[in-house]
Amino acid sequence: MVKIDLKRVDEIIDRYKGEEGVLIQLLLDIQNELNWIPREAITQISERLRIPKSHIYRIASFYKAMSLNPVGRHTIQICLGTACQVRGAPKILDRMEESLKIKEGETTPDMRFSLRRVNCLGCCAMGPVVVVDGNYYGKVTSAMVEDILEKYE
Amino acid sequence: MPRLNSKEELKALRRKIVDMRDLNKPYITLCSGTACRATGSDAVAAAIQKELKDQGLTEVVGVRRTGCHGFCERGPIIIIYPEEICYLGVTPEDVPEIITKTIKGKEIIERLLYADPNTGERVVHEQDIPFYKYQTRLVFSGNLWVDPTNIEDYIALGGYQALAKALHELTPEEVLEEVKRANLRGRGGGGFPAGRKWETTRNASGEPKYVIVNCDEGDPGAYMDRSIMEGNPHRVLEGLIIAAYAIGAIQGFVYVRQEYPLAVNNLAIALEQAREYGLLGEDILGSGFTFDVKVHRGAGAFVSGESSALMNAIEGKVGEPRPKYIHTSERGVWDKPSNLNNVETYATVPLILEKGADWFNSIGTEGSKGTKIFSLVGTVNNTGLVEVPMGTTLRDIIYKIGGGIRGGKRFKGVQTGGPSGGIIPEQYLDSPVDFDELTKLGSMMGSGGMIVMDEDTCIVDIARYFVDFLCDESCGKCVPCREGLKRMREILEDIVAGRGKEGDIELLEEIAVVMKKASLCALGTTAANPVLSTIRYFRDEYEAHIKEKRCPALVCKDLISYYIEPEKCIACLKCLKSCPEGAIEGEKRVIHVIDQSKCIKCGICYDVCPPKVGAVKKISGEPVPPPLPEPDRVIERKGRKGGKEGR
Repeated sequence: MVKIDLKRVDEIIDRYKGEEGVLIQLLLDIQNELNWIPREAITQISERLRIPKSHIYRIASFYKAMSLNPVGRHTIQICLGTACQVRGAPKILDRMEESLKIKEGETTPDMRFSLRRVNCLGCCAMGPVVVVDGNYYGKVTSAMVEDILEKYE
Repeated sequence: MPRLNSKEELKALRRKIVDMRDLNKPYITLCSGTACRATGSDAVAAAIQKELKDQGLTEVVGVRRTGCHGFCERGPIIIIYPEEICYLGVTPEDVPEIITKTIKGKEIIERLLYADPNTGERVVHEQDIPFYKYQTRLVFSGNLWVDPTNIEDYIALGGYQALAKALHELTPEEVLEEVKRANLRGRGGGGFPAGRKWETTRNASGEPKYVIVNCDEGDPGAYMDRSIMEGNPHRVLEGLIIAAYAIGAIQGFVYVRQEYPLAVNNLAIALEQAREYGLLGEDILGSGFTFDVKVHRGAGAFVSGESSALMNAIEGKVGEPRPKYIHTSERGVWDKPSNLNNVETYATVPLILEKGADWFNSIGTEGSKGTKIFSLVGTVNNTGLVEVPMGTTLRDIIYKIGGGIRGGKRFKGVQTGGPSGGIIPEQYLDSPVDFDELTKLGSMMGSGGMIVMDEDTCIVDIARYFVDFLCDESCGKCVPCREGLKRMREILEDIVAGRGKEGDIELLEEIAVVMKKASLCALGTTAANPVLSTIRYFRDEYEAHIKEKRCPALVCKDLISYYIEPEKCIACLKCLKSCPEGAIEGEKRVIHVIDQSKCIKCGICYDVCPPKVGAVKKISGEPVPPPLPEPDRVIERKGRKGGKEGR
């Protein structure tokens, strides 16, 4: 059971109190703070802002930046934008999936890695690009994947 | 900083800033857009600060972290003033030498200069580097000289003068006329005349009116808007305020992708500073005009970049499009008249006000005026952001500026217009880049992404990639788009996996017709373009996949096999040791063989085989040759009498 700090959620809700149309911004802040959007946070928002939970779930499930599941200790983002695509990024994704035994969008059972595909980080000159915890790796080849993963506990 | 209350005070402030700046003082500007930060400009910046401190030069040498310069292939980029010496690919280790030799000693470090790939000749100044020489940087030029977190840099360059002119010398109608006369077409992809959209919004009934900046740049491979917003947010803001004045709006929104944290940050700083200086908020520059801006972050949905979807998101609802038989310029955010334009469109407006519509009309083609910024990426040598007059040919952009294809490979096609566009083949390389010309070729200008593809790109796989992307991003509201894309994806996945059949191409074309006619929004109506344009120009590749189960570019995993050529293999064990599945048999001096039943086609053996040996090959459409019998695989050493035996 992951313990949720509802006080933080309350503080974030207070930041926007009174404003119209802030639900997306609020959920983004919670995502940034907790790395995911727990059910308890949705219940909290629903009660305080008098918005139906189904409405909040609709938004949280629509947007890719919002995660309804806890994420791993390290987040791997593989760029699959068109420029990286033509430079061989799909092979890198394949290698990651085979090595970690999870599919893109999932988290390893030991919570070590979450694997996400992203569409264009705008670093096309260094493609294919992989970002782990904000660290950028450029001109990645399948052979480099294991070495990159080994750096993260 | 006291508020500026008139255009005279703005002029006086500019003079004061410029007078205080000693043009002979040594200055280092360091490119610090997101891409350069990814290649190490943060570390270079830290090294510069440290070295200046160690050498006691902090008071004497200025440092300015600017936005993206565009030549992303060779970043981090440093320019040293006043000599304007341009160094490329700078590392922290280079910094002490740069400070000692160039700043103090006025000596140029040759190895950090651009070198012509053919003659080796070195180039000192940025504007002489071929990548820049053939560009016409008007909108993007500010990025070279402005620290985006310091409004005074922008003011020193003449920033906000166009706004002062609009507010104090022109009526809103006159501003509107000027933008209409300039024939400025939207730079976000639609190419709709901006002046006409402004006029519709202005004349629509309903208050308050809104103006919106679309910075939800979603086309993969396009990052022009990010670089403008990160590097020169005041330019965009100035254009937005001018638009608000012309239209009669008092509230503006900027919708920025949350995937662009630096842009979000620099924009927030810019808004704060603009308010402080009286350039935003109440009674701007003492003109009586009041206008302010809110920032709304996107949350990772491509479809939310569509104008009606974006407006829904601003209202806090899910960012899905709605039918547009009533234009958003009449009923947009909260059902009020709303004008939405792209970042680059707004960034062009101050130039038009400053230099005039006639000047703008003198650049470009009959149907497309002005310049356009493209992100030139893919298998091209000089990857980066390129600004050229409309009408420049694709060939000039890809070869003169882009330096041609990487690794000397053969050009196959250039993809423009993102997921709504198409691939243009070699025979049309001399086509001018222009809204209408690109549409005639079955593609479109789009937001400016230009992805170069070579002989190693499988066109059918690219079509599948775009359909897959759009299938994920489709909001799902309307049947033609939702179901059409799903069925197209199934058919294309079958084709690349070797399950394609006769009639697949015709079926794709039939689905495309329905999607084009009946989808709710432009995502759906243009989704078939990548498929249709690739069928039009590369039908032979589709047919090879379907009829011969062959991938001509040797990409599609299910249609290729990896094979080690016995005559070339030197049995060095490299591939054997790297194979994650243990699928390679062999020993030192015994030629290696791939066990096809274990091979997962990861391609690692292909990557690690030494380039001089090149023994690992990809084959497609033909059976893998059976392995040599074991005794024949042993490599005998050369005997004293010479000659190899045993092969």
